[in-house]
Amino acid sequence: MMQEQGIEMFKDKRKSIMNWLMPKLLFLCALVSIGTTVGIVWTLFGETVAFFKQVTVFDFITGTQWTPLIDPRSYGVLPLLLGTFQVTLIACLFAFPIGIASAIYLSEYAPNRVRKVVKPILEVLAGIPTIVLGYFALFFVTPQLQKIFDTMGIFNALSAGICVGIMIIPMISSLSEDAMNAVPKKLREGAFALGATRFEVATQIVFPAALSGIIASFVLAFSRAIGETMIVTVSAGATPKIDINPLDSIQTMTAYIVQVITGDAAHGTIEYQTVYAVGMTLFIITFLLNIVALLIARRYREEY
Amino acid sequence: MNLKIRRAQNKMFEFLFILALSIAMLVLLVLLVQIVIDALPRLSMQFVTSFPSSEPSEAGIYPALIGTLYVIGIMTPIAFFIGTGAAIYLEEFSKKNALNSFIQLNIRTLAGVPSIVYGILGLTIFVRGAEFGASLISGAFTMTLLVLPIIIVAAQEAIRAVPRARREAALALGATKWQTVARAVLPSAVPGILTGMILAVSRAIGETAPLIMIGAFTFVAFLPESLTDSFTVLPIQFFNWIARPQDEYHELAASGILILLLVLISLNITAVWLRNKYQKRI
Amino acid sequence: MEKAIRIDGLNVYYETFHALKNIQIEALPARAITALIGPSGCGKSTFLRTINRMNDLVPGSRVDGKIIINGVDIYDQQVDVEALRKKIGMVFQQPNPFPKSIYDNIAFGPRLHGVTKKSELDEIVESSLRQAALWDEVKDKLKKMAYDISGGQQQRLCIARAIAVNPEILLMDEATSALDPISTIKIEELAQELKSKYTIIMVTHNMHQAARASDHTGFFLNGELVEFATTEQLFSNPGDERTESYITGRFG
Repeated sequence: MMQEQGIEMFKDKRKSIMNWLMPKLLFLCALVSIGTTVGIVWTLFGETVAFFKQVTVFDFITGTQWTPLIDPRSYGVLPLLLGTFQVTLIACLFAFPIGIASAIYLSEYAPNRVRKVVKPILEVLAGIPTIVLGYFALFFVTPQLQKIFDTMGIFNALSAGICVGIMIIPMISSLSEDAMNAVPKKLREGAFALGATRFEVATQIVFPAALSGIIASFVLAFSRAIGETMIVTVSAGATPKIDINPLDSIQTMTAYIVQVITGDAAHGTIEYQTVYAVGMTLFIITFLLNIVALLIARRYREEY
Repeated sequence: MNLKIRRAQNKMFEFLFILALSIAMLVLLVLLVQIVIDALPRLSMQFVTSFPSSEPSEAGIYPALIGTLYVIGIMTPIAFFIGTGAAIYLEEFSKKNALNSFIQLNIRTLAGVPSIVYGILGLTIFVRGAEFGASLISGAFTMTLLVLPIIIVAAQEAIRAVPRARREAALALGATKWQTVARAVLPSAVPGILTGMILAVSRAIGETAPLIMIGAFTFVAFLPESLTDSFTVLPIQFFNWIARPQDEYHELAASGILILLLVLISLNITAVWLRNKYQKRI
Repeated sequence: MEKAIRIDGLNVYYETFHALKNIQIEALPARAITALIGPSGCGKSTFLRTINRMNDLVPGSRVDGKIIINGVDIYDQQVDVEALRKKIGMVFQQPNPFPKSIYDNIAFGPRLHGVTKKSELDEIVESSLRQAALWDEVKDKLKKMAYDISGGQQQRLCIARAIAVNPEILLMDEATSALDPISTIKIEELAQELKSKYTIIMVTHNMHQAARASDHTGFFLNGELVEFATTEQLFSNPGDERTESYITGRFG
C-alpha cells in the first residue's frame, strides 16, 4: 500500500458545503418557533400597554361590568372571565369522567381489535372543526335541552359547555391512555398474580402510577377549553354578565374578541385595544396552564 | 371482600367504562346524522359551484372552497419545509444546551396557545405590520405558524423512530452527517412526517378563529386572483350562515359542513392508514 | 508480512470510564483475517470502532494515541473522517440494509461518493454482489426490497454494500451473531475468499469462530490487549495465563 493512497483521507472541501450549510438553515427553521413566541408576546404587549394607560390594571381585574362597546363604558374583565370559566367547568364536568373512563377501558380492558376500531373513531371526533360543534350546540343540543329546561335561552352556557366537552374528550382519553400504557407491564402482572381483578388492577395499580400523566391531560384539556372560540361564539351568546345560571346567555373572552374584530372598531381606539388586553389575559392563563401540565407530565416520565 | 362481590364489581365497572366510551362515539354518530339530515335538502352540484347569494336557494360555497384550497396550498409547502427542518435540527444536529432545550419547551408550549391568539398575531404582524392586508398571504402565513408545532412534534417522533443502525450503516460507508440524514434517515421518516402533515392540514382546513381575526370575515363575491387579494374560507362561510336567523341559511351551513366533514374524514383515514403501514415496517 | 495498521499507545475514554488502555500493536497484518476476542465489555468492539472512527459519534468519548494506516495517523486533524470511512468498510451485528431495493442498497455508497452513471453503477452492483457470493441468488430480483431476502443473505448484502465503495479494510462487528449456523459458515467462507483483497478485522464472541476463521487473534480483557499473536499460536500455546484461562473456558 502506497503512501499516495493515504492522501485520499485528507479533507475534501467541496462535498462539505452542504454538510456545513444545512445545519445552519435547519437551525433557522427551529428559530421560527422562538420568533413566533416572541411575536405573540411583543404583539400582545404593545397594545395592552396602550390599553392600560387608560384603564388601571386594578379596575380591569376586579371590575364587575364589561361594557367597552356601549355607554356607560366599563372595563371590568370579571364577567368575561367568569363566563369563560363557567363554560370550561361544564365542559370538564362532562368530559373528564367520559374521557378517563374511555381511557381506562381502552388501556386495561379492550381487546386489540376493539382498540383498532375505536381509536381512529376517537381521532375523527378530535378532528371535528369547532365551527361544526358550534352548529351542533346551537341547532341540536340547545333545542333538545330546551325540552327539559323550559327557561333555557337560545344562547346559553350549558350547550356550549357540553360541546366544548365533546371537543376535549378525545384529548383526555388519548393522553390518559398514553400515560396508562406507559405503566410497566410487570406492575400489572404482579397484581394479577395476587388474584386482583382487572378493575382492582386498573384503579389500584395503573391509575395511581399514571396519575401525573392523567392530571397533565386534564390540565391541557382545561386550557384548550378556555381558549376555544367558535363553539362559544356561536352558541354561548354575547352578553357579558356575572350569572352562574348555566341556562342563560353569557360571553367568554374569546367570543368577545371575535365580536369586536367582526364589528367596526377602528384601529387605535380603546375598543380595539381591549382585544389585546383580553387576548393577553387569555394567553397568560393558557400559557401558565401549559407550563403546569408540562411540569406534571415531566415528573411522571422520570418515575420509570 | 369476597370473590363474588369483587367479580361483580369488576363486571359493573367494565360496563360503565364501555358506556362512557359509547357515549363519546354516540355523540359523533348523532352529530353526523344531524348534519346529514339538515344538509340533504340543499345539497347539490350547484351548491359547490355557486357564489354566496342573498337568495338561499342559489347560494353556494365556491369562493370559500377556492379560498380554503389557496390557503392550504400556500401554507402546506412552507409549513412542511420549516416544520421538517426544525425537527431535523432538533433531532439530528442540536447539541444538548440551554438554547435547544428552550426551543423544545417552546414548541410544546406553542402547541397549547389558543388559535385565536395566533389570529391576533397574524392581524398585528402580517395584516398591519407587513401591510399584507386581509389577504390570502396573511391567512396562509398565520395558519403556517399555527400548524408548525403539530408538524414539528410529529416529524421529530418520526425521525426518532428511525433505527440507529440505519444511521450507522450510512456513516460507515463514508456519508457525511448531512448525507446520512438526507439519504438514510429522512426516507424512512417520510410516512411519519406525512401523517403529521395530513393532521396539520386537517386542522388548518377546519380552523375558523384565526382567519376571522385577520379579517377574512367578509362577504366575498369574487375569487382571489393574487396573493394579496381578500378571501374567505369554508368554516367562515358556515359561521356567516349560522349567524343568520333564517333556517334556509342553516341548511346551507349544514350542507357545507357535510362536504367539509367528508374531506376531513378521508384525510383522517389516509393518516391512520399511513401510520399503520408505517408501524409495521419499522 | 505486509502491515496494514499500526496502533501506538491507544487509549479510549467514555466520560470517566477508561475503555481501552494503552493498546499497542506493532503490525496488524494486511490481506489476512484478524479476530478480536474477549468477554463482553472487554473493549474489543470499542477497539474496532476506533479504526473507522465510529466512536467519534459517542458523546463524551475521547481518544488519545495513534492509529496509523498507510503512514497516516487517522486521528490527525487533517484527516477527513468520511474519506477514512470510505476506505474502511464495516459490517454490523444485525444485518442493517436500508429499506430500499437490493440494487439501491449496493449503489448507496458509490452514489454518496459521486458515481451517477447507470452503466458504472450496474457494474459496481454486479461485481460487489459477486464478491459477496450473492449474485446468483439475487440477480433476478435486484429491484426487490432488501428485507425480502433471508437474514443470512441480508448480511452478505451488507458485506456487498461495504465492498461497493472499494475499501481496503473490512471491519466485522460480530457479524454472524444474529445468524443461523449455515449462514454463519457461509459468511466465514466468504471472509476467507475476501481476504485476498481486503484486510479483515472481525470481532467475535465465539472463540471457535476465531480459531477456525482467522489468521491472527487479539485477546482483550478489561480494556487491555492481553495478547496478540497468530491464531495458531494463541490457541495452541498462549503466552499469557489469562488468555489460557479464557480459551479453555474458565471464564467469559
